[in-house]
Amino acid sequence: MQAKKRYLLVSVGAGLLFLVYLWALQIEEFQQQQDQYQYHQYQLPQDPEFHQYHLYHQQEYQYSHQFQDSYQPQPQPQRSPSRRWTPSTELLEPYLEGGEQEEDSPQLHHQHTSPRERRAIRDNIYKNKRCRMETCFDFARCQSGFRVYIYPPHRAGGEVSETYQKILSSIEESRFHTTDPAKACLFVLAVDTLDRDQLSAQYVQNVRSRIQSLPTWNDGRNHLVFNLYSGTWPDYTEDLGFEVGQAMLAKASADAVNFRPNFDISIPLFSKDHPLKGGATGYLTLNDAPPSRKYLLVFKGKRYLTGIGSETRNALYHIHNGKDIVLLTTCKHGKDWEKHKDSRCDRDNQEYSQFDYQELLRNSTFCLVPRGRRLGSFRFLEALQAACIPVILSNGWELPFSEVIDWRKAAVIGDERLLLQVPSITRSVGRDRILALRQQIQFLWDAYFSSVAKIVLTTLEIIQDRVVSHVTRNHLLWNSLPGGLYALPQYSTDSAQFPFYYAMLGKSPSQQFTAVIHTVTPLQAQISPVVKLIIAVAKSKFCAQIVVLWNCEKPLPPRNKWPSTSVPLTVIEGQAKTMSSRFYPHDAVTTDAVLSLDEDSVLSTNEVDFSFLVWQNFPERIVGYPARSHYWDSSRSRWGYTSKWTNDYSMVLTGAAFYHRYYHFLFTHLVPTGLLTTVDNMANCEDILMNFLVSAVTKQPPIKVTQKKQYKETMMSQGSKASRWADPDHFAQRQTCMNAFSHWLGFMPLVHSQMRLDPVLFRDQVSMLRKKYRDIERL
Amino acid sequence: MYASGKYSSRGPALIPRMKTKHRIYYITLFSVVLLGLIATGMFQFWPHSIESTADWTLDKRSVHDAPLVRLTLSSPIPERGDLSCRMHTCFDVYRCGYNPKNKIKVYIYPLQRFVDEMGVPISSTGLSREYNDLLSAISDSDFYTDDVTRACLFIPSIDVLNQNSLRVRETAQALAILSRWDKGMNHLLFNMLPGGPPDYNTALDVPRDRVLLAGGGFSTWTYRQGYDVSIPVYSPLSADIDLPERQPGPRHYFILSSQTAIHREYRAELERLKEENGEALLLLDKCSNLSQGAASARKRCYKGQVYDYPQILQESSFCVVLRGARLGQAALSDVLQAGCVPVILADSYILPFSEVLDWKRASVVIPEEKLSEMYTILKSIPHRQVEEMQRQARWFWEAYFSSMKAIGLTTLQIINDRIYPYAARTYEQWNNPPVVKWTSVNSPLFLPLIPPRAPGFTAVVLTYDRVESLFRVITEISKVPSLAKLLVVWNNQNKSPPEESLWPKIGVPLKVVRTKENKLSNRFFPYDEIETEAVLAIDDDIIMLTSDELQFGYEVWREFPDRLVGYPGRLHLWDHEMGKWKYESEWTNEVSMVLTGAAFYHKYFNYLYTYKMPGDIKNWVDAHMNCEDIAMNFLVANITGKAPIKVTPRKKFKCPECTAIDGLSLDQTHMVERSECINKFASVFGTMPLKVVEHRADPVLYKDDFPEKLKSFPNIGSL
Repeated sequence: MQAKKRYLLVSVGAGLLFLVYLWALQIEEFQQQQDQYQYHQYQLPQDPEFHQYHLYHQQEYQYSHQFQDSYQPQPQPQRSPSRRWTPSTELLEPYLEGGEQEEDSPQLHHQHTSPRERRAIRDNIYKNKRCRMETCFDFARCQSGFRVYIYPPHRAGGEVSETYQKILSSIEESRFHTTDPAKACLFVLAVDTLDRDQLSAQYVQNVRSRIQSLPTWNDGRNHLVFNLYSGTWPDYTEDLGFEVGQAMLAKASADAVNFRPNFDISIPLFSKDHPLKGGATGYLTLNDAPPSRKYLLVFKGKRYLTGIGSETRNALYHIHNGKDIVLLTTCKHGKDWEKHKDSRCDRDNQEYSQFDYQELLRNSTFCLVPRGRRLGSFRFLEALQAACIPVILSNGWELPFSEVIDWRKAAVIGDERLLLQVPSITRSVGRDRILALRQQIQFLWDAYFSSVAKIVLTTLEIIQDRVVSHVTRNHLLWNSLPGGLYALPQYSTDSAQFPFYYAMLGKSPSQQFTAVIHTVTPLQAQISPVVKLIIAVAKSKFCAQIVVLWNCEKPLPPRNKWPSTSVPLTVIEGQAKTMSSRFYPHDAVTTDAVLSLDEDSVLSTNEVDFSFLVWQNFPERIVGYPARSHYWDSSRSRWGYTSKWTNDYSMVLTGAAFYHRYYHFLFTHLVPTGLLTTVDNMANCEDILMNFLVSAVTKQPPIKVTQKKQYKETMMSQGSKASRWADPDHFAQRQTCMNAFSHWLGFMPLVHSQMRLDPVLFRDQVSMLRKKYRDIERL
Repeated sequence: MYASGKYSSRGPALIPRMKTKHRIYYITLFSVVLLGLIATGMFQFWPHSIESTADWTLDKRSVHDAPLVRLTLSSPIPERGDLSCRMHTCFDVYRCGYNPKNKIKVYIYPLQRFVDEMGVPISSTGLSREYNDLLSAISDSDFYTDDVTRACLFIPSIDVLNQNSLRVRETAQALAILSRWDKGMNHLLFNMLPGGPPDYNTALDVPRDRVLLAGGGFSTWTYRQGYDVSIPVYSPLSADIDLPERQPGPRHYFILSSQTAIHREYRAELERLKEENGEALLLLDKCSNLSQGAASARKRCYKGQVYDYPQILQESSFCVVLRGARLGQAALSDVLQAGCVPVILADSYILPFSEVLDWKRASVVIPEEKLSEMYTILKSIPHRQVEEMQRQARWFWEAYFSSMKAIGLTTLQIINDRIYPYAARTYEQWNNPPVVKWTSVNSPLFLPLIPPRAPGFTAVVLTYDRVESLFRVITEISKVPSLAKLLVVWNNQNKSPPEESLWPKIGVPLKVVRTKENKLSNRFFPYDEIETEAVLAIDDDIIMLTSDELQFGYEVWREFPDRLVGYPGRLHLWDHEMGKWKYESEWTNEVSMVLTGAAFYHKYFNYLYTYKMPGDIKNWVDAHMNCEDIAMNFLVANITGKAPIKVTPRKKFKCPECTAIDGLSLDQTHMVERSECINKFASVFGTMPLKVVEHRADPVLYKDDFPEKLKSFPNIGSL
């Protein structure tokens, strides 16, 4: 009985509670409806400001608001939090009327203008300030390739500044240069247009008339104009003092509003001391994480006191704390700075002289890059070189090469209006991010900014990418190692075909290789070393095919003279029969890996297998057997070459080496023809050049794997090439080559390594039976 | 449901001694009441379940109940959009403020019905289904706020998706009287079909002051880069038709054209291409024999043969998306959904979300003039790349095109990224489909730097109480030229380390750190005392490594600073019988791990081990007092995608890695435990990150027939 009573009581209690709850909800709804009606009693007002009083009072989702509302008979219209949007529950019409996909039916007006006419109209409307590639660039001129022509220097003197001369030399040395205006796709002025500040000493007079007098100017069509400084005091507009017309502008401090997207190119502001090529190396030598940096944020520069662009730098003192945020300004510039001097100038000037700029750069995590008179400043490149993360305060600045470079990965982009947030933003950047940012900055510096030649080449490559719009680099190629200048889309637009991106794409190189055997002597009997070599290589389980490059003067031997192999054997007769043709990107080579071989190389199947497996772990490097080294000959102040046995090496000979087939393409298309001709004429140094190229791209040494010990001697002395290796001239030539190649690059790319890769059980005190690569150890 | 389940299961615990009958009764009652409460609560406050509330709120939420606002002729009209607007000139960033979540707050105006003086509505359709969906999605998102004073971005509830249905002047007037209009500052408008006949402007014609426009079909001349957002033209078919994803690969047709309203000039051009290339091309058009209506939108015809649209799109590798009167085409969305690579022929068109999406990975853009070369151009694209593009196209649709919600939230995220650029989503986050995100590796130490030799390395010796052995190790290591500092991690809390005077006298600083707990992970703690990049982790009984070997190990580490460089190597194997991983320490030809009883690595990995180790691995290691080295190998291999490097030949390590154990049986339990570790870690990582290699590093002249005294590292491999 007791139990039944209890049941009843509890049930009734629960039921009551529930009812009360429902009732409360009802009341509230009722009140809301009342509110609503009250609103509607107002007269509709004429004054738009009045509208906010008339709001549709909707039901609330949240408790707090609910109760507030339900106990407000006359809600305060200004503060009412319930002015919210509520989804409609009706069956609404779709936004496309009548479910029609597209109302471009043939009957409509636009069908009267044909696409061709429309394009013609467009091309006429969008000129000058509204130029785009479609309307202001003549693609027909580029059909025979992307060639750049520089006008001859003006006869009547016409000074060209040192900086502009560097730009012109970079173009002249590039593979795009042509001396024939008829073949040119792009024209570059001989007139120096870098400094268009009328008050500057570098300002060139009557540029306008000189440009207009050019016979092929054609309102600037297919022209590229470089500029670093535009406009002048006091407003520093982007005025160049002449009509650019339909010419593309490669301009520093570009303002996003005037910038013609995908037409103009924003370039960084660089000083006249900026090296022509090679370029200063970045300061980042090690990845210290966390950065044990003395300063968080630094800046040192001029302050303009008045006029355009002065506000940002004038306000810096607000966040300067003298400890980890050191922002130094000086008022001293120009002749009459003391006239505008403000109360802080003396203190600022004094503090300014206390700090060394280099010391600040090298010891800070972030570097402030505020605008100056113009949007870009020298601080930008200085920060990049120092691997100091730029904090950019320059509203409206179109960042350098923004068309291709993802600056979010390499900079903190701030807002001039939010200067006071800069300390908290920089402090909130985690150490993982700092680590990544600094490496990315250093990569970008090295890939695109460290020399004038790189800046100019990047500019040209961007334009080339636009010209053939379906053969372009994607984001990955521009923004990851080794950078766009070394990743040519003409090779492939598929990033998985390059040696650099396997890990990033989650892929791996193909499991097979193609052996390319360079043959210069006629095929004799079956004992010919090349036959042995073919047989040994073909036995490798990773070998997909063998390609023989017949570079011999003698006619091609008949098919039956070649050994029969389990893998396909292709013989290609070279057209030119030159040395450099061994690295020609033959279509026959389809695998990622290439095993480059001299005809007299001696290799066992074991050795081939092992080094291919090693290569798969280092697909961007050369993996080979005999190694060589370079050194700096200080007595003759030039690079020296040595084939002696040393404790380190920086090259491996391509007479027997694995590398990615992309390097064939790069070798043929990136290296200037002049150097290739030198190589062909000497019939020497092609392997050194390949090593230079690969090391310049990867910044890493090649990899030497172990080899049978008699290898070196046989390699050097066997076959008809013995004379070639024994010749003292041959050796001297190689010295010369080294210096010619490093001159071309502007720096010495080779890197030394002290290690060699051996099979895990190599020479270990364990039974031979346990070892997988026995042949390598057998003498 | 979830909550009630939880409570009822707890019931017995609350009233443990009651009779079962009573208990059941109470539990049932309690559950019923709770369920009832939850159900009402859900009906009341669940903003997502619009349908479920339909019965009793339908009339309340009807569009027709929205308050009526009458516009007068003299109502102000905003200025036309300003082409020079950018975020720093036309957007009031102070409204957004600095907040730790880095999330903008978006306010949506309540619905109103605007009519002109004559009582005619400003729009022929009013609120469209799509705009309602879009606003609902935003109001359900984290961006939404109903507090107008805290909002950073305002979205009018005036539907301007389709300009055709708008009265331009009146719509502009309606915008101008919005309560927070203020010259359109921080206001966002969504428009998919801009312009109208005859010239079809590429941006919304409604005068709108400084409004930030999310528009479909921008051309490069109307798009204000960095201010406007280019959005797709939503295809209503997306919601109606469920096209399952098809594996990337070759398709029956090479090129397909399925648009119905193609200018005759283009159609003639396409016909010509078809003549040249035959079956590879399929040119579809409207079906003439079918009646107009919804059904005809789902059919396409070629010479009397009828095809289902959009299903037919899945049968082609490339699908042509030609411009019509407008640049933006809803067909693009259908094509992407089908996983067909769009070939976009619309000069000067700003592709949807081009600010963040890399369209080169998912589409081919061809100038209209080159339509005749389309076939050749497409043929030049490598097969593998086409497959990537197919996958990428589908992924773009899924992530950014599939619904109004996706379109709306993507737009807000883009604006959010501009306002908090330091917290913006990265290129990879935007563009990498999940499968790539899973398999791709971005090493945190990606720059190929060979650090200078000079800073040297810090040796970290983990010790418990084997003082004698420890002192020998210290004496041995101190002979290595590049040693910069020695750090002894004293892991014994019960015993103090020996007095300072008793320690060996060495030429480099020696620091002793006492730990609070005897944990193995102390070995990998990022101590402030470690100032060099290179760390040598070494056990207190590894006395057999020569100075040459250690120095050489350091040199190898300099060449591979992102890898573990160690001495004893180990291997993991797949045990087919047991169907799991197995640990192997025998003489094998392969290596996939190096023991951290003697290994060089970057100190950054200490930080990762301590703070970023996935799952419970760290605690597991500390609890089992084993496998910290395997965990480290997993961690490094997973984040760098690279194998460790074993240096120098195998030596006889005195009872390697099993310091306290002797005897064969114990050794076997040890192996079992280690195998268990590998299986455990592989399951936590969700994959087997370890990489197997068959090489080890030796000095260049190792075992070469060359005078020993001329070798840099002669003393290598002595037993």
